[in-house]
Amino acid sequence: METAPKLGRDVPPKKDKLQAKKKKPRRYWEEETPPTAAGAFPGPPRKLKRNRELRPQKPKNIHIRKKSRISKKPQVPKKPRERGPQRSLSGAQDPFAGPAPVPGEVVQKFRRVDKSKKLPRSKSKTRSRLEAAEAEEEEVSVRAARSELLLAEEPGFLEGEDGEDTARIRQADIVEAVDIASAAKHFDLNLRQFGPYRLNYSRTGRHLAFGGRRGHVAALDWVTKKLMCEINVMEAVRDIRFLHSEALLAVAQNRWLHIYDNQGIELHCIRRCDRVTRLEFLPFHFLLATASETGFLTYLDVSVGKIVAALNARAGRLDVMTQNPYNAVIHLGHSNGTVSLWSPAMKEPLAKILCHRGGVRAVAVDSTGTHMATSGVDHQLKIFDLRGTFQPLSARTLPQGAGHLAFSQRGLLAAGMGDVVNVWAGQCKASPPLLEQPYLTHRLSGHVHSLQFCPFEDVLGVGHSGGITSMLIPGAAEPNFDGLENNPYRSQKQRQEWEVKALLEKVPAELICLDPRALAEVDVISLEQKKKERIERLGYDPEAKAPFQPKPKRKGRSSTASLVKRKRKVMDEEHRDRVRQSLEEQPQKQEKAAKPTGARPSALDRFVR
Amino acid sequence: MKVKMLSRNPDNYVRETKLDLQRVPRNYDPTLHPFEVPREYVRALNATKLERVFAKPFLASLDGHRDGVNCLAKHPKSLATVLSGACDGEVRIWNLTKRKCIRTIQAHEGFVRGICTRFCGTSFFTVGDDKTVKQWKMDGPGYGEEDEPLHTILGKTVYTGIDHHWKEPVFATCGQQVDIWDEQRTNPICSMTWGFDSISSVKFNPIETFLLGSCASDRNIVLYDMRQATPLEKVILDMRTNTICWNPMEAFIFTAANEDYNLYTFDMRALDTPVMVHMDHVSAVLDVDYSPTGKEFVSASFDKSIRIFPVDKSRSREVYHTKRMQHVICVKWTSDSKYIMCGSDEMNIRLWKANASEKLGVLTSREKAATDYNQKLKEKFQHHPHIKRISRHRHLPKSIYSQIQEQRIMKEARRRKELNRIKHSKPGSVQIVSEKKKHIVAVVK
Repeated sequence: METAPKLGRDVPPKKDKLQAKKKKPRRYWEEETPPTAAGAFPGPPRKLKRNRELRPQKPKNIHIRKKSRISKKPQVPKKPRERGPQRSLSGAQDPFAGPAPVPGEVVQKFRRVDKSKKLPRSKSKTRSRLEAAEAEEEEVSVRAARSELLLAEEPGFLEGEDGEDTARIRQADIVEAVDIASAAKHFDLNLRQFGPYRLNYSRTGRHLAFGGRRGHVAALDWVTKKLMCEINVMEAVRDIRFLHSEALLAVAQNRWLHIYDNQGIELHCIRRCDRVTRLEFLPFHFLLATASETGFLTYLDVSVGKIVAALNARAGRLDVMTQNPYNAVIHLGHSNGTVSLWSPAMKEPLAKILCHRGGVRAVAVDSTGTHMATSGVDHQLKIFDLRGTFQPLSARTLPQGAGHLAFSQRGLLAAGMGDVVNVWAGQCKASPPLLEQPYLTHRLSGHVHSLQFCPFEDVLGVGHSGGITSMLIPGAAEPNFDGLENNPYRSQKQRQEWEVKALLEKVPAELICLDPRALAEVDVISLEQKKKERIERLGYDPEAKAPFQPKPKRKGRSSTASLVKRKRKVMDEEHRDRVRQSLEEQPQKQEKAAKPTGARPSALDRFVR
Repeated sequence: MKVKMLSRNPDNYVRETKLDLQRVPRNYDPTLHPFEVPREYVRALNATKLERVFAKPFLASLDGHRDGVNCLAKHPKSLATVLSGACDGEVRIWNLTKRKCIRTIQAHEGFVRGICTRFCGTSFFTVGDDKTVKQWKMDGPGYGEEDEPLHTILGKTVYTGIDHHWKEPVFATCGQQVDIWDEQRTNPICSMTWGFDSISSVKFNPIETFLLGSCASDRNIVLYDMRQATPLEKVILDMRTNTICWNPMEAFIFTAANEDYNLYTFDMRALDTPVMVHMDHVSAVLDVDYSPTGKEFVSASFDKSIRIFPVDKSRSREVYHTKRMQHVICVKWTSDSKYIMCGSDEMNIRLWKANASEKLGVLTSREKAATDYNQKLKEKFQHHPHIKRISRHRHLPKSIYSQIQEQRIMKEARRRKELNRIKHSKPGSVQIVSEKKKHIVAVVK
């Protein structure tokens, strides 16, 4: 067993030297930069130098090591633990005294409550309960942050040599450089006959379905390249989408919406959804959203087969649609340059964002729901902030506007422009992609017709007029999946179990709104209303402060006069407070009132109160 | 060029043989678990619905008495043993696991008014209408022996209640006065009176063991200290209190079951305002007993139902009734806090679960985890209207339901009248009295 360098005085100096030469215990959190650090993330080339510096280096001496530990800022627990290693009964020292430090930004990732928000004014009992709950939440986020350590996989990356532009690296080079298993993920399906293809990956990323304009529909396990079904529906296929599992497939055909199973057997023909152009599936609500040529956005509940809502967008033909995976809001792009946000609970859009001059060609939303990328007929590609402000963060004019956009799980943005696919990357997972320099580009054998990043694999699927291409994009996907949500390796039994659980906790369609956490917050408005109603019903405010009642004092001091005097004193004090408060408020009010009257004084100003 | 692609080794994710457990790697990243709150909400809703589906509280009915059950007592050492006294003077000892009567004693002539066990569990005391106090052995008589009481004390007046001290060989009876007896003597150590009315029940405090509480039919609750010869304090309420019960965890808290359909939880240090008024019964409350956790109590009422109240809530969380259960005279919460027993007019003792939807028997660790998780979810979303409505819904017999409506109307009318009085009189001349203070007439020291 290794001992820590700090030893007692009674140890002879010679031995001490030997001990010092010995390696210090390696701490697992110091060993290498964690996978989420900037170095592991695929970034644009100009960041490369810094990235290299951040790449794992073995610290040379103790001094640096200590420094690196400080820079990590062990935030939790906040109590000072600088007491040094403690001796146990056997004389051995614990080199890792105290709980393991957790980096603050990782904890931040798991934090659910906003600590900057103050707790509402409430009774002491409620307040203490709230505080306890908050402390519990904090503990949970620290524990979750600590469990990051157990994640097995690290994300992929691609770096050029000094000054080399990653965008110049061709797919063939990547295929050559990577291992055989990864190289097998790059493939081309040459299907010129049945025209531009739409494709869709299942939620686990194991299965791929594609449908050609001329009626060719196929589904396969793309990892093993095992074909599940292949049919020709003898009708134009506009869009194709997997439902909650790979066993069901929705195909938007020329007239109606059809649902097939993985054998290619037609299960349903939904005639209420006609001339559908785009499909989106909301997996937690079991809703299939369809946008049609007639301008209707229809939500179909696939678990019971009912149409939940049919909303008229009043904006003509709808052919640009995407979903926000964070809050299940549907984004529709319109020909007047606006993007409207829809929920099945509302007849009107939740928000309308004017994004482009001219029509919107493509919309994509990233997995955290913070960024939206749009491209328009005006050849612009813009990134919008979706957290409340809906303002553009960055914009770029492309020589040939992007017709298709897709975000990856780790925030990479892919755009299909003619027969070229560009991929942009950001600084880290949470930041928006930087549009100056593409991360990768690729030229295909036909015009791009659809794009999707494969979940949990570093693969971008492109459907084009020449067939299907599966591109390798290192660093695109989330490396560590959750076995209970989407498990690419799940067995049939596990899938069945998951299906039952998912159906049991199907979220009602009415709960779709911009902020999915709103359900956990206090509904202040209805609370106030309730309070008001209660006061009206009772005739008095039961929670109002009772008027001051002086307590009887010692014998002889509690005469009526002195009681009245004490009462008076308190009342006067309260009154003075009120006056002071109103005086403080008055100038503010006057300022407010003065402002709206314009620059020129009017004769009517004298009547303004 | 440096490149690394995400490439997983399937061996790390798939089990090796069919005998292994499936591997489930976890990643708690919030972006992989979207809609956390709505999904939890749906889970909470499902859990609430399941709770209502599985709410089957009635366990067993112990029949055998030939007259209404008047009093119940728990065994201090054995969870399975329960004692009951009936209106025909018969005392029965029951085994709850077998749900059978194990012993029958014809103890008194007329009612058995009170029954209590000694703290060691070897004997028990009964009082009856025949003006006697009898001590009995818990074990039955040997073969060929007569079933005779250990001691019999002949009193001058009728005793209406009895309770044993929690640690010492002392017991208290009540009737015209509160008597404190030494087990070895035939005369009381001391007798205490305050007023001249019959006292209906007397209870020892389980923590501060020298304290006693009694309630009399002249509407008052009197507190005594056994070490003093005179009573401590009394509070007079609007109507008469039938019985009281001390909180087993908080020494100074007790709850009184009143004739005016309410229960009052008092802090004995400040008797002028009850800590809580528990209202939900629609007829006189006849008996009350605390759960051993001190968080909840159960009350039995003349309206043929029993209700469970949290100590700090004014409304009940649960109501139990059956078609055949008549006026419930006595109720007890078992010492493992899992079951409730009630004795009623129609000669039966009923056994209920304290938590209606609880699964009995040994739970696997996964079941336990699931119930804990569901419990937490229900707690988290308890104020959401949909969940609240489902969890509060109870089926009530028509008589109780209509009486509740009737009383609501009456209360509304009284309130309206009071409001009108305030409105039409000089401001400040009519005092608004809170519900807690309304029912207290006076406190006398």
